[in-house]
Amino acid sequence: MPVEILMPALSPTMEEGTLSKWLKNEGDRVSSGDVIAEIETDKATMEVEAVDEGTIGKLLIAAGTEGVKVNTPIAVLLQDGEGAGDIAAKAEAPKMEAPKPAATEAPAAAAPVAAQPKAEIPADPAIPAGTEMVTMTVREALRDAMAEEMRANDDVFVMGEEVAEYQGAYKVTQGLLQEFGPRRVVDTPITEHGFAGVGVGAAMTGLRPIVEFMTFNFAMQAIDQIINSAAKTLYMSGGQMGAPIVFRGPSGAAARVAAQHSQCYAAWYSHIPGLKVVMPYTAADAKGLLKAAIRDPNPVIFLENEILYGQSFEVPKLDDFVLPIGKARIHRVGKDATIVSFGIGMTYAVKAAAELEAQGIDVELIDLRTIRPMDIPTVIESVKKTGRLVTVEEGYPQSSVGTEIATRVMQQAFDYLDAPILTIAGKDVPMPYAANLEKLALPNVAEVVEAVKTVCYK
Amino acid sequence: MAPRKTASVSSRKTAAKPAKKDFTGGTIAEFSKEDDLKAYREMLLIRRFEEKAGQLYGMGFIGGFCHLYIGQEAVVVGMQMALKEGDQVITGYRDHGHMLACGMSARGVMAELTGRRGGLSKGKGGSMHMFSKEKHFYGGHGIVGAQVSLGTGLAFANKYRGNDNVSLAYFGDGAANQGQVYESFNMAALWKLPAIYIVENNRYAMGTSVSRASAQTDFSQRGASFGIPGYQVDGMDVRAVKAAADEAVEHCRSGKGPIILEMLTYRYRGHSMSDPAKYRSKDEVQKMRSEHDPIEQVKARVMEKGWASEDELKQIDKDVRDIVADSADFAQSDPEPDASELYTDILL
Repeated sequence: MPVEILMPALSPTMEEGTLSKWLKNEGDRVSSGDVIAEIETDKATMEVEAVDEGTIGKLLIAAGTEGVKVNTPIAVLLQDGEGAGDIAAKAEAPKMEAPKPAATEAPAAAAPVAAQPKAEIPADPAIPAGTEMVTMTVREALRDAMAEEMRANDDVFVMGEEVAEYQGAYKVTQGLLQEFGPRRVVDTPITEHGFAGVGVGAAMTGLRPIVEFMTFNFAMQAIDQIINSAAKTLYMSGGQMGAPIVFRGPSGAAARVAAQHSQCYAAWYSHIPGLKVVMPYTAADAKGLLKAAIRDPNPVIFLENEILYGQSFEVPKLDDFVLPIGKARIHRVGKDATIVSFGIGMTYAVKAAAELEAQGIDVELIDLRTIRPMDIPTVIESVKKTGRLVTVEEGYPQSSVGTEIATRVMQQAFDYLDAPILTIAGKDVPMPYAANLEKLALPNVAEVVEAVKTVCYK
Repeated sequence: MAPRKTASVSSRKTAAKPAKKDFTGGTIAEFSKEDDLKAYREMLLIRRFEEKAGQLYGMGFIGGFCHLYIGQEAVVVGMQMALKEGDQVITGYRDHGHMLACGMSARGVMAELTGRRGGLSKGKGGSMHMFSKEKHFYGGHGIVGAQVSLGTGLAFANKYRGNDNVSLAYFGDGAANQGQVYESFNMAALWKLPAIYIVENNRYAMGTSVSRASAQTDFSQRGASFGIPGYQVDGMDVRAVKAAADEAVEHCRSGKGPIILEMLTYRYRGHSMSDPAKYRSKDEVQKMRSEHDPIEQVKARVMEKGWASEDELKQIDKDVRDIVADSADFAQSDPEPDASELYTDILL
């Protein structure tokens, strides 16, 4: 039987990619290890190598095709003695597709965005009415935010592992080296504790470093410099000297990367006076809040998410789009119950709100956006209206962001509550590797739906 | 330059090991009358200040941790004599001497020790946490070794801005075993940062002697695997410190990257106020005080050369005592910070 060559995944989170180039033609002989094609995602370009020996019988996907799903057959390899007739035997082989038009109108790669209910999302007051919107990924929004701030202020620079020549481990810093050069886009050795300290030292002189951690899991090595040096210096110096610095990078679970690479740090850093902690969900918030973080005179922890990087959202086309840190955004107006979430937690909350709507429960969904300082007044305003509150996050349940929200709402709006507050979080376990266990360890939409129904006594 | 003086700190090996021919190390600076009198005055100020701090601690005016610099005065005074405006200094928690040498006010330091509103950090930092933007002093850090990465960041900022300032990061023989020190060495060498790393080897990391904590006790060679030159310096002789500082500063300013100076020094007092220092003999301390005291060395030289009379030295002594007494009076009479200060200076 002819062998199907499938579209490979470059990373655990990749769902589709572009088949950019064929390096072999139909009729070419290949042996294992030969490079046969190049594929590309917004994160990386990779060569596809042949695993088996044989002759390329048919190329199923044309060079330049975008949005090729992982595991789609892209070519058929004929074994010795097989001919074109054998290909026909593979009845299910898809037809050669023409390249699709450029992806500007394409929906987001991953499902959560596609499922986002468009109705009743109030206009962000920070965006003037009639502003033209452009669709872009969170990754691009973050890059644009850094590039704009670097253009505006020579004191801003970015440092971290693989940020320059490699273009970013998750391609967030793509193109920055080319525009700003190695003085301002600094590749560091793998030395988190050390380069976090170097960044803080530079910030104490008034420079504005953006320190990228490849993931915040690795920032555990640097957490002393973040907390003891960056967060406390302003206080310890009686206000003389602080550290205007941004620590950014992905936090939380990605996909199948197990316990040491799957932890949400929102609650950890939110504990610390002297820090601001931002965790955006949409691309617009990512852009507007990262620009604000870079301009902020205080140390800001900017928690991104690997799964959100590739998701697309509408971003206002403005020369200088900056959002206020410390202000929640009402993502969906509702009257029956309030859900508060942030970051990737919003993906569950958004879907749950849509399901609940179908069941006749009208949810008000608040995207916290900033974890510290926490916009509790916005939450309380909503609770006064709905009387019911559910929080959603991926982090561990004990001492979580949700428990903090619950405490404050209980203390400040007890009389308005019609039901105990429920907190949905990741399970109280290190992240397992097995796909089924990983799924169990994370929150899910059904849990959120159930929690909201519970607080509504339905 | 005069030839290298023989090892003056106990029996330790102090032979310089120059890794590059352009840095001779181990020389002694020729001090003019003004240099010696300045060094004498500044070291004496630190000595008397620290003695007073110790006294105030005993009286309960100073709380918490208080690490005195007595015995090590030549290190910071000699280094400071080689700096120019804009050069930065950062150190660990044994920091009172560094602040005085940087020109920060004795009143401000002492009032911070007593936790008063006129302290350099408004009473919110204490002994280990004081800063001065104006004097380019970046603390004052209580986490052992953290100042080395931070100091490397100061050097990074100098290079980024394209100025020719250098950054001095002081740390002890104990901090020299922290991992981030080597992460910093690597980056400083890789990026040729103008960083001078000063290991104040006072022989004891709290109560643990160097030989019990360090596999390589020659700290000047701790940068060898990164190609960072390093030299051992008699840290009890302010002229040796100044000579090493001059060469190190020149090395850094000319773009040759970081350098390490190991200062062989000694603290007379315990690690902190609560340390009876039972890990060393009284004889050891007495021998250092009587044979190698940095202030007595200068005093003897000044007298021998006839640069000052006994009376003139007494006048310096009196001036210094007046400054210290004034700072102590201020630090005891200045009010505590207003309660409203609890919630200020957390965020800008």
